[in-house]
Amino acid sequence: MDLRFTPEELAFRDDVRAFFRANLPESIRTKLVEGKHLAKDDIVTWQRTLNKKGWAVANWPVQWGGTGWTPVQQYIFQEELQLTPAPQPLGFGVTMVGPVMIAFGSEAQKKRFLPRIANLDDWWCQGFSEPGAGSDLASLRTAARREDDHYIVNGQKTWTTLAQHADWIFCLVRTDPQAKKQEGISFLLIDMKTPGITVRPIVTIEGGHEVNEVFFDDVKVPAENLVGQENKGWDYAKYLLGRERTGIARVGLSKERIRRIKELAAVEIAGDKPLIEDERFREKLATVEVELKALEMTQLRVVAAERHRTDNKPDPASSILKIKGSEIQQATTELLFEVVGPYALPYQPEHEDDERWNEPPIGPEWAGPIAPTYFNWRKTTIYGGTNEIQKNIIAKAILGL
Amino acid sequence: MDFDLSEEQRLLKESLDRLIGERYAFDQRKSYAQSPEGWSRELWAQFAELGLLGLPFEERHGGSAGGPVETMIAMEAFGRALVLEPYLATILLGGGFLRHGGSAQQCAHLIPKIADGSLTFAFAHTERQSRYDLHDIETRAVTDGAGWVLDGEKGVVVHGDSADKLIVTARVGGGRRDRGGVAAFIIDGKAAGVSRRGYPTQDGLRGAEITLANVRVGPEGVVGEPGGALPIIERVVDEGIAALCAEAVGAMAVMHELTVEYLKTRRQFGREIGSFQILQHRAVDMLIALEQARSMAMFATMMAAEENAAERRNAVAAAKVQIGRSGKFIGQQAIQLHGGIGMTMEYKVGHYFKRVTMIDMMFGDADHHLRQLARRGAAPAAA
Repeated sequence: MDLRFTPEELAFRDDVRAFFRANLPESIRTKLVEGKHLAKDDIVTWQRTLNKKGWAVANWPVQWGGTGWTPVQQYIFQEELQLTPAPQPLGFGVTMVGPVMIAFGSEAQKKRFLPRIANLDDWWCQGFSEPGAGSDLASLRTAARREDDHYIVNGQKTWTTLAQHADWIFCLVRTDPQAKKQEGISFLLIDMKTPGITVRPIVTIEGGHEVNEVFFDDVKVPAENLVGQENKGWDYAKYLLGRERTGIARVGLSKERIRRIKELAAVEIAGDKPLIEDERFREKLATVEVELKALEMTQLRVVAAERHRTDNKPDPASSILKIKGSEIQQATTELLFEVVGPYALPYQPEHEDDERWNEPPIGPEWAGPIAPTYFNWRKTTIYGGTNEIQKNIIAKAILGL
Repeated sequence: MDFDLSEEQRLLKESLDRLIGERYAFDQRKSYAQSPEGWSRELWAQFAELGLLGLPFEERHGGSAGGPVETMIAMEAFGRALVLEPYLATILLGGGFLRHGGSAQQCAHLIPKIADGSLTFAFAHTERQSRYDLHDIETRAVTDGAGWVLDGEKGVVVHGDSADKLIVTARVGGGRRDRGGVAAFIIDGKAAGVSRRGYPTQDGLRGAEITLANVRVGPEGVVGEPGGALPIIERVVDEGIAALCAEAVGAMAVMHELTVEYLKTRRQFGREIGSFQILQHRAVDMLIALEQARSMAMFATMMAAEENAAERRNAVAAAKVQIGRSGKFIGQQAIQLHGGIGMTMEYKVGHYFKRVTMIDMMFGDADHHLRQLARRGAAPAAA
């Protein structure tokens, strides 16, 4: 047992860090540090930079452009992205639909889509949730009816993240309404430009536009866009949902936020001294730091155990990472919110579609995005399977209850 | 980055599990606790035979030169069985003072006897006013020719009633709370002027209140530099905390297993109570607390031998915070989910609860260490 990184792993970390420092545009980094939204171009630019380096789809098999890194290296790469901070490669392509295609897709699908995912030529979004199918995802009703060499899709998806930028959507659709609910589902790739698709924005509580509703009205999808076999989509979805074992806890992101909290609490005066010198504040911060350290070690245990895994099934421990990781992320947004104090109150939109977006800042110049980040981050214990659903999974899969 | 045990470590774990399985059933433990010293000399001899008592010591002193990981393996197994024997007091604290502060002569003279089981130690440090501050010492040592004379009172000395030797901390200079002026001595448990009042502790171990009146110590009984012993004390205590964290993890794991098992067998309202979601989620919360504690016990183990004292202190403090919090949650919930049976002295789970509760109070509880971390503004460094 040696719980430290090896010299080779440390050298790898330095290489990754140096590359990020040298190649990430400062404007993008600043936006992430300050908690501002990235433009589509920011994300595309960065992913193409990574792609040129051969790091855009680090987790894929080498044959499809992956790196062949060990699980520990993959972890370090993710961690460095979050610490820099740099944008994560767009997950819907890189960690979701890409790996599903690699595991279950046709050769034609792989050749057509995978390189375009790596270079972010196609922006993918995820069509899983529906108004009546949230935690109970398998009760989804969006229907695909086979007609000759294509499907006709009707229904509605929701919470579709960044669908406003998307070229393609991967959907779970019901292809057999008679079968048991998990058994009549298929995995379909749909071009967002197809007639009959309507995207409608959902504005979330902080005022931002990340998620959307997507409506399908007699949308014609070529049968060749079916992934794997008809009615096996649920298996592919489970594979997809369990893939994200490393990085799900987003330890690096919380570390970077804690760094930010300390930086701002050192300049924010509370009474006759900086807030960072307030005993109660320090104890709250230390509490989160201890939890984060424990989570980091738990994460490393999962990563280190991965080389012993022979199956491709999700590690149930990743549910623990999701629960603790999201709770800690939320705790950091609360602390940051506390730091800003009364100047959390002014609502200062940063979206260009709001006419007030470019007005001079009110209060400290860093105050604007902090309350919205706090409000927005409540999503983390809801998305990706709510933390309550994660507990159901652990109770069943680990505890046998 | 590698969390696997080596072949030797796996063998160590297996032989420990076998010994505990054969010799440390709950009823057997009860009989050991009722013996005059509160623990079993016979088992102690078996520990020696297995090489457990020499684990952290150099081979030339009869040890096997194990490191913090070997100690972690042993302590976790002891935690699983609620072992009563003075392993922490003798091997890790007494032995720790010798390893880190002992002269060549002291080590050559005493360590082989520790390793063969013929000598036990206790760490007489806490005083009525000191709570958890290691530098808060009123016991005095004044020079007496080449030796020293000790006067003072030590309390809650775990295994202090039966120990052959005591490590006593005392002040040779400075005021009560100064970091300088601290010394450590090895004295005989039966030395003239030592009076000991032994008692059982809440968790079934033994403790003692010890009065030192005009106790004479020769120069061979001084550990480290008189006046400059605090860094050694801190180092030994940090290793002790790391070991306690592992012990607590063993105890927590058993409480969690017992609870999950109970949820699967206990029936009410015509079904297993483990089918109720609120209880399932509670059991999951316990598991998360356990895994976070296990992670931090590993972190403390990894950092226990760290040469940079500030980093080591911060890491160990962070681990103790997590262990304290997880232990309290798991212990309280284990009792709650067992219902009435969990409240009985007859059933196991309450004894585990009491042990993890007392571990929190040893060398600083969760709040104490959190306060220390907050004051130092120190997050433990990354792996």
